[in-house]
Amino acid sequence: MKKYTFTEKKDTRSGFGAGMQVLGQTNPNVVALCADLIGSLKLDAFIKENPERFFQTGIAEANMICIAAGLTIGGKIPFATTFANFGTGRVYDQIRQSVAYSNKNVKIACSHAGLTLGEDGATHQILEDLGMMKMLPGMTVINPCDYNQTKAATIAVAEHEGPVYLRFGRPVVPIFTAPDQEFIIGKAWMVNEGADVSIFATGHLVWEAILAGEILAEKGIDAEIINIHTIKPLDEEAVLASVRKTGCAVSAEEHQIAGGLGDSIAQVLIKKHLAPLEYVGVEDSFGESGTPAQLMEKYGLNAASIVEKALKAIARKQA
Amino acid sequence: MVITELQKVASQVRRDIVRQVHACQSGHPGGSLGCADLLVGLYFDQMTLKADDAGNKVFDMDGIGEDLFFLSNGHISPVFYSVLARAGYFPAAELATFRKLNSRLQGHPTTHEHLEGIRIASGSLGQGMSVAIGAAQAKKLNKDNSLVFVLMGDGEQNEGQVWEAAMYAPHHKVDNLVAVIDYNGQQIDGPTDKVMNNRDLGAKYAAFGWNVMKMNGNDMADVVKVLAEARAFSGNGQPTMILMTTEMGAGVDFMMGSHKWHGVAPNDEQLAAALAQLPETLGDY
Repeated sequence: MKKYTFTEKKDTRSGFGAGMQVLGQTNPNVVALCADLIGSLKLDAFIKENPERFFQTGIAEANMICIAAGLTIGGKIPFATTFANFGTGRVYDQIRQSVAYSNKNVKIACSHAGLTLGEDGATHQILEDLGMMKMLPGMTVINPCDYNQTKAATIAVAEHEGPVYLRFGRPVVPIFTAPDQEFIIGKAWMVNEGADVSIFATGHLVWEAILAGEILAEKGIDAEIINIHTIKPLDEEAVLASVRKTGCAVSAEEHQIAGGLGDSIAQVLIKKHLAPLEYVGVEDSFGESGTPAQLMEKYGLNAASIVEKALKAIARKQA
Repeated sequence: MVITELQKVASQVRRDIVRQVHACQSGHPGGSLGCADLLVGLYFDQMTLKADDAGNKVFDMDGIGEDLFFLSNGHISPVFYSVLARAGYFPAAELATFRKLNSRLQGHPTTHEHLEGIRIASGSLGQGMSVAIGAAQAKKLNKDNSLVFVLMGDGEQNEGQVWEAAMYAPHHKVDNLVAVIDYNGQQIDGPTDKVMNNRDLGAKYAAFGWNVMKMNGNDMADVVKVLAEARAFSGNGQPTMILMTTEMGAGVDFMMGSHKWHGVAPNDEQLAAALAQLPETLGDY
């Protein structure tokens, strides 16, 4: 098992803010909108340096999404920002008609996705956003795993022509990917090569997958860990190449099992290479209030859960 | 263009509307007929639009340096398609494909089929004014002094998002925006007063900080005059809202005065009766 260490923890949303600051300095067409959550989205630096390129919409997300669509007409690259619950589920029809169907170059960039939002509880903990967004034709869906990857992804999506959903979060998590990395949309990252089981992880579950890999290694199991930061378009080649080698897989995501990354992987395996697949995700349930760590444990979204599912997948392969 | 010439164009547009809807036996003739004069007044007189040296219209998505129009109440697509075709964005013959399989003229306007003149999909109501605000703010960032127009329905004012946009535009001084409400007093389930009373829309928009104007949308001279006044007012720190009184079905006597023709197609006999009231001025497609 390849050794991953970290010296610092930061929130992925701060990676977004850092990426926006870079874009503010390098791409004059980038503009930002926010629905009364500037501090939460870490937009302060972008706004301070580019006040004329920031649009405060107030608590009016539907209006924000459609204004962003309008701003693309004239060549702007708008980042529409709020919490993931309000930036996807609340405004699904606006995204569907004015952004996706109209093929507008809008970047919907949302923080506080999933259970790790914590104490605010289930009203704010959206666990369906990846599924809703990936169902929209033409939508690119990205869920980076740490500060550095989120910063790189933010810069990369501005260069990509077309609608994007960029999802990140609130808690501080280890920084274990390279600073100033190249982020290639749709290209999976090989975290650790292995032979016994493929673990496909996204977002906050990537670090947990690394911890799981270390526990599995102690048990003599050689896990392959792949970071799927781009849920759509899915790197099918990476999925197939890995499962052809290992013969079984685990998906890990901070999302409902229904409609998430695991379902996308399942479609690939069913069509092209049948193999056991176990899911780490929320099982048809809303979240609740608690600390992020408590919630991730209670809902089975941690290293222990990944280990358990990996052992199960291997057992099914051997059965 | 002189008023009588604009009226001739509007007559042809109205023929196009009823013929499109009749041919596919679906679509929305009532609101389309009511808004024919406005769209003709915009595209044939009041809007500054890009054209090549030969006078042919040139379309690009960004529309920098020209006025833009957004149709928020997308169900009146027949009038939009006819006016775009007659203005020269695509051949009028294509109107025959309206709402048919493999057509660029979808039931509601879309950019998906790359139809020249369309910049956003509309149909799900309440979104167009927000889009127009965004386009207007992009113009400001681009130091582009042209205007953005948007048309909404009065039934559409039921949508909450309209009021998010109504609050935003004056706050951000989007004064290169001219919005128009088709104030025909009708929506699908009946008169707006009965379905969901808008009460005094003018007072509402004024309270939100808009410059509110009135227009008789079926009087071409008034259409052109009020649009020119709205342009003259632009740049003064306030967006403009025009309450445009129209008659649903205007131009076809038996389609007027009720919501019945909101989304109903005429049969062969009714088509003939309608066309008899609308002189063919530019040649049928």
